[in-house]
Amino acid sequence: MFQHDRLNNEITLFQKIKNLDYILLISVILLSVLSVFVMYSTDGGEILFHTKNHFVKLAVFFPLMIFVAFFNIKFWHNFSYIIYFIVILLLIYVSFFGLKSSGSQRWMDLYLFVLQPSELMKIAIIMCLAKYFHRIKIENVNSFTSITIVLSIIIIPIIFVIAQPDLGTSILIALSGLIILWLGGMKIKYFIYSFITFLISLPFIISFLKPYQKLRILTFLDPDRDPLGAGYQIIQSKIAIGSGGLNGKGFLKGTQSYLDFLPEKHTDFIFTLFSEEFGFIGSVGLLILYSIIIFRIIRIGAISRSNFARLFCFGYAFAIFIYIVVNLSMVLGLLPIVGSPLPIMSYGGSSMLATMIGLGIVLSAKINHKQMIA
Amino acid sequence: MIKFNSGIRKTDVINRRMFIIGAAKVVVFVGIVARLFSLQINENKKYLTLSDKNRIREWKLPPTRGNIVDYFGNVIAGNLKVYQLHIIPEQVENFNYLLVRLKNLLNLSDKRIARINKLKAELKPWDSIIVSENLSWSQFVKINNYLYDLVGVKPVMTISRNYPFNDVYTHVLGYVSQPNEQEILENEIIQERFVPGMKIGKLGLEKRLENHLIGTNAIQRYEVNAYGKRINQLEHQKGEQGSKIRLTVDTEIQKACGKLLNEKAGSISVMDIYTGDIIAMYSSPSYNPNLFLFGISQDEWQLIRNNPLKPLLNKTLSGLYSPGSTIKPIVALSALENKVIDTKFKVKCTGKIELYGQTFHCWKEKGHGWVSLKNAMKQSCDTYFYEVARLLGVDRLNITAEKFGLGKKVLGDYFDNEKKGLFPNTKWKKNNLGKGWVLGETLITGIGQGYIQSTPLQLCMMTAQIANGGFAVKPKIIVDSNPISYQDAKQSMESGLLFDTDSEELLDKKLFKNQRNIKIVQEAMFASTNERFGTSYKSRIDDPKYQFAGKTGTAQVKRISKRERELDLELEQIPYKDRDHALYVAYGPYVNPRYALSIIVEHGGSGSKAAAPIAKKLFKLIIDRHDLRNKQSNFERITV
Repeated sequence: MFQHDRLNNEITLFQKIKNLDYILLISVILLSVLSVFVMYSTDGGEILFHTKNHFVKLAVFFPLMIFVAFFNIKFWHNFSYIIYFIVILLLIYVSFFGLKSSGSQRWMDLYLFVLQPSELMKIAIIMCLAKYFHRIKIENVNSFTSITIVLSIIIIPIIFVIAQPDLGTSILIALSGLIILWLGGMKIKYFIYSFITFLISLPFIISFLKPYQKLRILTFLDPDRDPLGAGYQIIQSKIAIGSGGLNGKGFLKGTQSYLDFLPEKHTDFIFTLFSEEFGFIGSVGLLILYSIIIFRIIRIGAISRSNFARLFCFGYAFAIFIYIVVNLSMVLGLLPIVGSPLPIMSYGGSSMLATMIGLGIVLSAKINHKQMIA
Repeated sequence: MIKFNSGIRKTDVINRRMFIIGAAKVVVFVGIVARLFSLQINENKKYLTLSDKNRIREWKLPPTRGNIVDYFGNVIAGNLKVYQLHIIPEQVENFNYLLVRLKNLLNLSDKRIARINKLKAELKPWDSIIVSENLSWSQFVKINNYLYDLVGVKPVMTISRNYPFNDVYTHVLGYVSQPNEQEILENEIIQERFVPGMKIGKLGLEKRLENHLIGTNAIQRYEVNAYGKRINQLEHQKGEQGSKIRLTVDTEIQKACGKLLNEKAGSISVMDIYTGDIIAMYSSPSYNPNLFLFGISQDEWQLIRNNPLKPLLNKTLSGLYSPGSTIKPIVALSALENKVIDTKFKVKCTGKIELYGQTFHCWKEKGHGWVSLKNAMKQSCDTYFYEVARLLGVDRLNITAEKFGLGKKVLGDYFDNEKKGLFPNTKWKKNNLGKGWVLGETLITGIGQGYIQSTPLQLCMMTAQIANGGFAVKPKIIVDSNPISYQDAKQSMESGLLFDTDSEELLDKKLFKNQRNIKIVQEAMFASTNERFGTSYKSRIDDPKYQFAGKTGTAQVKRISKRERELDLELEQIPYKDRDHALYVAYGPYVNPRYALSIIVEHGGSGSKAAAPIAKKLFKLIIDRHDLRNKQSNFERITV
């Protein structure tokens, strides 16, 4: 074992580059290029604010991903708890000193760009729990102590994020955490019991929701009850996607987005614009691209020797999957509207930063897939 | 070792559970693809329609009204390009500065400026405000010259109704103006095609033929954004101009009528005695219908409304007058038909007759002596007709008069302001006044005074039906789909039958029992105009081409007192309101007659001095234009 460590430490830069997952990299590059074009379309076919910023962020965060990848996976394992605590501290910071915008307080100004720590928590929680389940004996997984610890790890950040308030991100953090619990070997009956408990307590949870959140759920159940108000976004989104048809209306020819019928077209509804312009074929193509990325991440997890890398990759693959599913279900009218970006495609620095760091750790796991972690 | 095993077991658990999740992921992705498929492939049409509904807005433009032309195809109600000035507020940099500039350039009133500011507050910033509906060419040029300084100002060219002959046809055509709410609600077609700025017929044929003239809207389709702002124009669907309507009227004659009645109150009607075509129908004074197009100013409206000569009244159709002596041909005809008199029947006129202690005066104080029908008609002897009326009785007279069109609407439904007039009989008086008929009333009815009331157009038709040999004509002002030529109409009439174009059957239109009686009346009317001592002898034309026969009338507007009779004042000495109405009915040429006319000059004095001379001037023109009218054989098919 000692030898192995030494061996891995001796991996040269050249070998690191050689060991990168190129199918994953190419898919991410393709997605990035596509996202710039779609952003260009949201700007009405001009290189304006969103296109420029999105491009700049990609240009900064893509190298950052490679940079992260060049750190040994062991390094990320060692720092997982610390990173988790740092993000918790950031969450506490924004809950007191954060920037306020449209009724919520979830950002901090870093001069170069505005950071949303809750996005980073999506990665941090996976790292933290992956490390925890990596270290714990399989026999102790279902002990009272460990269950208490892992639930605390999940619940503490969620309390801060819900308080911002940001229901969408908190759900995604919770799901990212729960998947590690599942993968780590938590008893299936616990999941079933908690699901039943969740269903029973749903009415109480709803009664604690903010009025606008209740409205979103009602609107989801019946978008036509207020077509110009709360239901407007989802109706217009469905019209845009539906009118795209098989081949779409063509690049830069999406009337719904061009004529401003689409809300939030840069961020949460970016898929709507894409689907209107590129149609069913384009949409399925995009899903395939995402599927390739997810599949490659799972594959890296599968070949990893350490359970930390394995858990992280599987967990992160699931997280990306769930981001996509929540976002697409929302714009397709299958789920109530909860703010959740589409990875890489959506405009937003923090989300892209988190995605790229996550991918970087995955690539690190690939480079060091033979690395054993004690 | 245990640790190692534990690690292996943990890896197995992770892998197994990953597999379950992986399967679930595939299911969920398939579900999302299915949803995409259902939206984009299955329901694509529905959402495409919704998307188009979102982005496409239609703007209706005002329809272009159909032209109205005279018999010769001259446009008498057409359309004109007008220049308007619009402001698009969102393009304006400094609204107040712009208004000051426009105020100076166009001399806008403060009221107008206030109105523009009010509109600006009400409308969306991209909706245009109409600053001026009708700019003169010089104003339009001026605006175009300063356009660089007037950002947000848009000079616009549009179509507006126009009456090229100004006041000549006002009472025939009416005018158009902005509809009020009730008018929009009452007419479904207007309701459907209404757009702000559209004008509808308010009066006359413009109103009656609204549904034919209105035309269809041009439609402009624009792509709009989510806020309703126009982004670009997609297509332009042309509207159809309303139907063209051709009238029977002759503008030259109509214009001449206007000149002849200049500064007088009165009316002239000219009719084709065979086809019933109305050649001219002029009510004086008239007013300019173009004034109403862009909203008439209060001053101009008051000027028209308060004019003592009542320009707003269509005297031809709505003016009710005692026919005076112009009724005498009918009285004579009725007496002949009922064999009450014959040509040899004579009455001695001493200037007045006494009946039950009441004195009935002849207009000639000294009397006419012994007069026969011809002389009585020629000199318009009242005494003779008192006696004839007494012998005939009002009821028999009423039957003949109504046959010839008195007491009935002439043009039917075409003008909702047309009056029926009245030709009394004993039953009418009993029913309406509750009193029995008095013989004295028969006497004054015999000279066209008393209860009797007629419109100038009725008198014209009455004359036409005497002139054509005693056949019913169907007056019309619109050239219909099956126009009948003058010769055909004459021929079918003289065969005793009239082809009714509406019911498409031959109708017996003889109005007489013995046509000889018509001839006698015609001869008497000829004598009245063309023989010495005839009342309109001075207005005769000797040239047989233009020679006409007629009958004068002087209708009292008030009872003449004994004192006034003795004073025998000149016209100028009597207050305007008390002066007699001057009437004249005539037809010509005497040989092969073609046209009948009626002239009335309100408070013009005697018929022979004020009305008959007008006929003399008019007949020359009417008959000169006859050949032209005949040549106008290219009957255009117009469905009305």
